[in-house]
Amino acid sequence: MNSSLRSLPSDAVREQRQKDVVAALAEVLPRAAILFRHEDTVPFECDALTAYRTSPMVVVLPDSEAQVAAVLKICHKMSVPVIARGAGTGLSGGAMPHRSGVTLSLAKFNKILRIDPAACTAVVQCGVRNLAISEAAAPYGLYYAPDPSSQIACTIGGNVAENSGGVHCLKYGLTLHNVLRVRGFMATGEAVEFGSEALDAAGLDLLPIILGSEGMLAVTTEVTVKLIPKPQSARCIMASFDDIESAGAAVASVIAHGIIPAGLEMMDKAMTAAVDAFVHADYDLSAAAILLCESDGTAAEVEEEIARMEQVLGAAGASRMEVSRDEAQRLKFWSGRKNAFPASGSISPDYMCMDSTIPRKRLAEMLRAIQQMELKYNLRCANVFHAGDGNLHPLILFDAADADQMHRCELFGADILETSVRLGGTVTGEHGVGIEKLNSMCVQFSAAERAQFLAVKHAFDPLELLNPGKVIPTLQRCAEYGKMHVHRGMLPFPELPRF
Amino acid sequence: MSAQDPMLARIIDQVDGARARQAPLEIRGGGSKWFLGETAPGEPLDVTCLTGITSYEPTELVVTVRAGTRLADLEAALQEHGQYLPFEPPRFAAGGTVGGMVAAGLSGPARATSGSVRDHVLGVTLLNGRGEILSFGGQVAKNVAGYDVSRLMAGSLGILGVICEVSLKVLPISTATATLCFNCDSGEALAKFREWSSQPLAISATAWHEGLLHVRLAGAGAAVASACTRLGGTQLAPEQAESWWMSVRDHSQAFFALDSADVARGESLWRLAVPATAPPLELSGLQFIEWGGAERWCKTSAAAGQVRRAAVGLGGHATLIRGADRSCGVFAPLSDVSMRIHRGLKQAFDPLRIFNRGRMYAGL
Repeated sequence: MNSSLRSLPSDAVREQRQKDVVAALAEVLPRAAILFRHEDTVPFECDALTAYRTSPMVVVLPDSEAQVAAVLKICHKMSVPVIARGAGTGLSGGAMPHRSGVTLSLAKFNKILRIDPAACTAVVQCGVRNLAISEAAAPYGLYYAPDPSSQIACTIGGNVAENSGGVHCLKYGLTLHNVLRVRGFMATGEAVEFGSEALDAAGLDLLPIILGSEGMLAVTTEVTVKLIPKPQSARCIMASFDDIESAGAAVASVIAHGIIPAGLEMMDKAMTAAVDAFVHADYDLSAAAILLCESDGTAAEVEEEIARMEQVLGAAGASRMEVSRDEAQRLKFWSGRKNAFPASGSISPDYMCMDSTIPRKRLAEMLRAIQQMELKYNLRCANVFHAGDGNLHPLILFDAADADQMHRCELFGADILETSVRLGGTVTGEHGVGIEKLNSMCVQFSAAERAQFLAVKHAFDPLELLNPGKVIPTLQRCAEYGKMHVHRGMLPFPELPRF
Repeated sequence: MSAQDPMLARIIDQVDGARARQAPLEIRGGGSKWFLGETAPGEPLDVTCLTGITSYEPTELVVTVRAGTRLADLEAALQEHGQYLPFEPPRFAAGGTVGGMVAAGLSGPARATSGSVRDHVLGVTLLNGRGEILSFGGQVAKNVAGYDVSRLMAGSLGILGVICEVSLKVLPISTATATLCFNCDSGEALAKFREWSSQPLAISATAWHEGLLHVRLAGAGAAVASACTRLGGTQLAPEQAESWWMSVRDHSQAFFALDSADVARGESLWRLAVPATAPPLELSGLQFIEWGGAERWCKTSAAAGQVRRAAVGLGGHATLIRGADRSCGVFAPLSDVSMRIHRGLKQAFDPLRIFNRGRMYAGL
């Protein structure tokens, strides 16, 4: 980002450029679908990573594929960066605008085109909300399995961009495992399809490269998703543990017994206190950590599995267990988990949500390391984990109005990510790299590996027009980050702005 | 896995030599899938020396294994801990390797319900055409750091680089299974698949051939028992069922072979991947239907163009698996945009076109 700061155009140049681009876009879009006055573009300045903002040069709101193609062709011809945007719920700044770019809002692509109950598929436009797919499929006894916590608002196009997970992906997989086909447009404005409604397509399997590519390879407009039969029954165990080590060991033990729970989540004491005050989920507030362990399937299957889970959790040292009596109580257990982020917002002016993944067996070790970091950086942290997947969401609580807190929070976050890599994990499990984890990419990947990512980008988008500057850090940035590293926690020239 | 590894160093040496001469190499594992794809020219690059399970912790549901390890050895090691590869990779012949399994990207009878090879790849260490050792993905199931290069390797037929090591997601073996048989024609079989697909029936595999439909159930005891009651049919003895599904997986049934009489009749074996709900294929010859209707094998003397049009008409694509005349190309032609991306990716990973030149498409 430091290099792009240096190459920023002057206000006058930008104003002229804006005028030219708006005039060109006005040839293919109605005036009302083009926003460029500052007061109109403010709502697009950031996604859910609100600490980082940029004013987009232009925002367009096309309502047809023909318009998307036309916008892309113009931007390609004029070398204007294009940042595709769904609901703006992303947590890593993947949809943060480019100061000299066009933000391509796909909010109007909100139609469910077809539900085929025999094929168990739905064909939907990219702006359809995740939860809306399951709601539309419900009359057929079907649903769309991936359920990120933001599912009430986030769109399938955004899920494709991030390869989103959720609380049930241990058993049902990620977006990747539940999408058959993606239709979209290349930076040139040409239509393209990845995958197919058959189970594979000819040639290289490009679908996994598109899923999780954060809008850098193509613009998604339409998605065919798999639907699966809604389980007849589901029950959830809330298990309390007196220390985090036994909670971590219990997670490994469940898997070791050949059980794949529908969901397996962990929350620490700081988190349960915050969410219980927020939604009254009836959590055991005296426990050091609680696990939510869910079984789904036929009624007989669930009874059989819940009994096995209780046995394993009991043997692993659970101090208290409560099995949901009915659907209302099961949803109540989950309401706390699903509201972990807003609950954190209610106890702190700001929070930074981390998203690394580590091998399950290192959970307790990681939690202890985070406790040490709370002291080191003098900030509080509440923890919620997709424990079954080893995917951590530590929420660092801070006040962005306090520059020093903001700075310590960034160091705290980077420390968590580096510790995760050291423990055999990865810097992002499901939220994406965006702009937030660019530095951490320098830690996880070698220069040759990062160059390979860039070469992949060029195979799709040789001019680097789609969402430039995200995901792949420049060599220069990594070199600078490497230098900072020498003085861990004591940055040289602390007066310089870093973001 | 590092370049200092003596076995890997030998492979890198051979690749460096080929790069210096700009000469192609044909990556070779166990040779069990030699018939798949076009013929690649060049000196063989033997990777069977990269053997061994690097790490395996059953509670992590992940195994990391070197690419030259025999698939049979990996599956035996998993079985010791009650786990398996859920995509049921075909072996075809003894000696097939894990690297070949990933590069071929083929999945067995459980594909429609348990996912593909690609779905279970978590990470890969790769030797690219610049002679660099690169690692992507990792040993955890949720990982979106950078593009998902590791899964791109599944089904890449070695055209992007040498797979050196791979991490795979594994699962516990189901506690109960049962196989049911029904007499019906292909239309009835497809109708049953449609009827069953939206119900929670614990179906793990389906196959229809010559008037006989096989359905395999797998899962918790209670789920399998209740599905057996609901579906009816005749139940196969467990040992008989196991060997039958294995013969489908490995193409050891007579249908999948192409004998001299078939060749004399001008027949080829095609694989059509189509949407599961597509109507019956209108092609001459015998058919074998798997994956709830999504995979249709066809032994036919119909012209390649006719087979390809039939597949496209149903929303899928056709691959020539076995046949004397390969002039039509083994794989279905790509759109212009897709071919441009393919060329770009080849350029990105293997700019000198060293690896498996032309194995997938001419020019790659």
